[in-house]
Amino acid sequence: MTSTDSPTRGPARPAPYVYSGILIVLAIIMPLLIPMYARHDPALWGIPFFYWYQLLWVFIASGLLAIAYAIMRREDRRRRAAVRDGRDS
Amino acid sequence: MPAMTAVTAAPPERPVDWVPLTIVIVLFVAVAVIGFLASRWRTAPADRGMKTLDEWGLGGRGFGTWVTWFLLGGDLYTAYTFVAVPAAMWASGAVSGFFAVPYTIVLYPIVFVLMSRLWSVSHRHGYVTPADFVGGRYGSRTLSLAVALTGIVATMPYIALQLVGIKSVLTVLGLGSNTNWFMADLPLIIAFLVLAAYTYTAGLRAPALIAVVKDILIYAAILVAVIYLPVKFGGWEGIFQAADDKLSATNPATGAPFGAVIPGAASFNAYWTLALGSAMALFMYPHSITGVLATKSRNTIRRNAMILPLYSLMLGGLALLGYVAIKAGTQPIDVNGAVNAQLVVPQLFSDAFPKWFAGIALAAIAIGALVPAAIMSIAASNLFTRNIYKDFFKKDATPAQEAKVSKLVSLIVKVGALVFVLGMDQSSAINLQLLGGIWILQTFPAIVAGLYTRWFNRWALLAGWVAGIVYGTVAAYNVVNPATHNHFGGSIANFPFTGIPVYIGVSAFVLNAVVAVVLTLILRAARVEDTADATRAGDYGADENDPTVVQIEREAAVEPGNPLAP
Repeated sequence: MTSTDSPTRGPARPAPYVYSGILIVLAIIMPLLIPMYARHDPALWGIPFFYWYQLLWVFIASGLLAIAYAIMRREDRRRRAAVRDGRDS
Repeated sequence: MPAMTAVTAAPPERPVDWVPLTIVIVLFVAVAVIGFLASRWRTAPADRGMKTLDEWGLGGRGFGTWVTWFLLGGDLYTAYTFVAVPAAMWASGAVSGFFAVPYTIVLYPIVFVLMSRLWSVSHRHGYVTPADFVGGRYGSRTLSLAVALTGIVATMPYIALQLVGIKSVLTVLGLGSNTNWFMADLPLIIAFLVLAAYTYTAGLRAPALIAVVKDILIYAAILVAVIYLPVKFGGWEGIFQAADDKLSATNPATGAPFGAVIPGAASFNAYWTLALGSAMALFMYPHSITGVLATKSRNTIRRNAMILPLYSLMLGGLALLGYVAIKAGTQPIDVNGAVNAQLVVPQLFSDAFPKWFAGIALAAIAIGALVPAAIMSIAASNLFTRNIYKDFFKKDATPAQEAKVSKLVSLIVKVGALVFVLGMDQSSAINLQLLGGIWILQTFPAIVAGLYTRWFNRWALLAGWVAGIVYGTVAAYNVVNPATHNHFGGSIANFPFTGIPVYIGVSAFVLNAVVAVVLTLILRAARVEDTADATRAGDYGADENDPTVVQIEREAAVEPGNPLAP
């Protein structure tokens, strides 16, 4: 019998969430630190630093999320397996 | 010189441009056919006719990673964005335009964290709207009504602005200069009626399928524009120089420069609060959440948070076209002879591209308006159906009745937007959209805190929402445009009790959160009962294979003595 009370996932281990949390916070904070990049030089192909640096963060933030995703998916699978095994035994 | 005055005073001659117009019409018809055929796409024969909200309003809740990428890409990066961001760059530079880039970068980590939890709990309980979730979590129809009304009111002007996007394309194509207002607006009316018809027939599947076509067109147009146009106009260095010359000149109306290519220290706080506040607000909009809830599994939205930033890159390139237009000397003159910055990008495409490619690029913008307009109208009608019609007027509405009401309301919503754009000044749509962003951000505490904790008192959240809306509206009204002396002149005002200019939405959000926390503490100290909650901890981690509450109850019903039987 399934019930609305039965957990969908086992207990979480903190480490994976701390690591991915740090990556996610970096992806939010870094693009907002405008004093770091509000300048003209060094320009790239005539595009001021202010513009190409922010566009570069599109890739960096996406990469950080990809790593966070890999970490969290692994932990998520472990937690689901823990519940499944517990239910079967 | 009389000749000169004649040129500047009289509206420009805008003959109909037949080659691009033909291409736009052909692509529009193709898209309409796709929209109607979409009702048969990934639909089991038994489900034809879209008899439930899950089918009509959420496309069967089965969109995978790639369909979602196109759908959300088409949903979030709207035609109005394509028109307004370069227009802002052209008129006043980085602070009011380029903040869209950090905005759409910071957006995805936020989406990554929040939206999979919202998906899980909505999957488990069959929620269709964010207000459904708030109603279930807090057991309060009042709070869910507040969230639903905010969503509907914030979405309506957004739909109207999509029409403004189409209108700018039609103007550049030479339509709309007809002296007869009905003939001038006829193409817009036809386009919107066709859109309304296929959204009614196919529901969310129509914009999902059209988004694929739209995105291919828009990527092609932007890629070519960003590579070809800078070369044509002498390279980026000259383009940024021209932009700097134009923007650093003194605006006679204010005595200050028009803007800046690199923001000065005085506007740093405006820049990052605009980016952060807009990012927090975007996924509170009902049309964004509709896109999330239409996905197949918990992780679909997370995978999308990794690949959707490709659109942000495109948006960055598009923003820079505002500067390219400065260098190219683009003249965005409207049919009445006035300068209309919204015409900058369509006019640039029309001037600088060969006619056939200009047709493709302009069609991409026009079709780009249809996708979000369809999703927004679906999302607004779902809110009406679930959180107003069902909650307050017909509690025992069947799924078939819900779908019927939603379909009809989607027509009303679109006609309403059309009347709004045709009947009212374009700037009132822009003002309301600006206010809508501030308002929708005020639903953030109730929705997002609810995903993690039931600590907040529901009345405290409602009081915070009221405080945020009232403050935000008053603060936005008090911003006076220095050139025109109109109210709602912008979305930046000093943070209360400081001299720091920030995005009004963020100030209102802070006030909202403080009120909610303080009142919750007071109500808890007074031991006010507030425990209603239809959700359980496990719901927030549920995935596609976990049973829904309806399935669990159905199973329990056949087991004698099971207390979960309804």
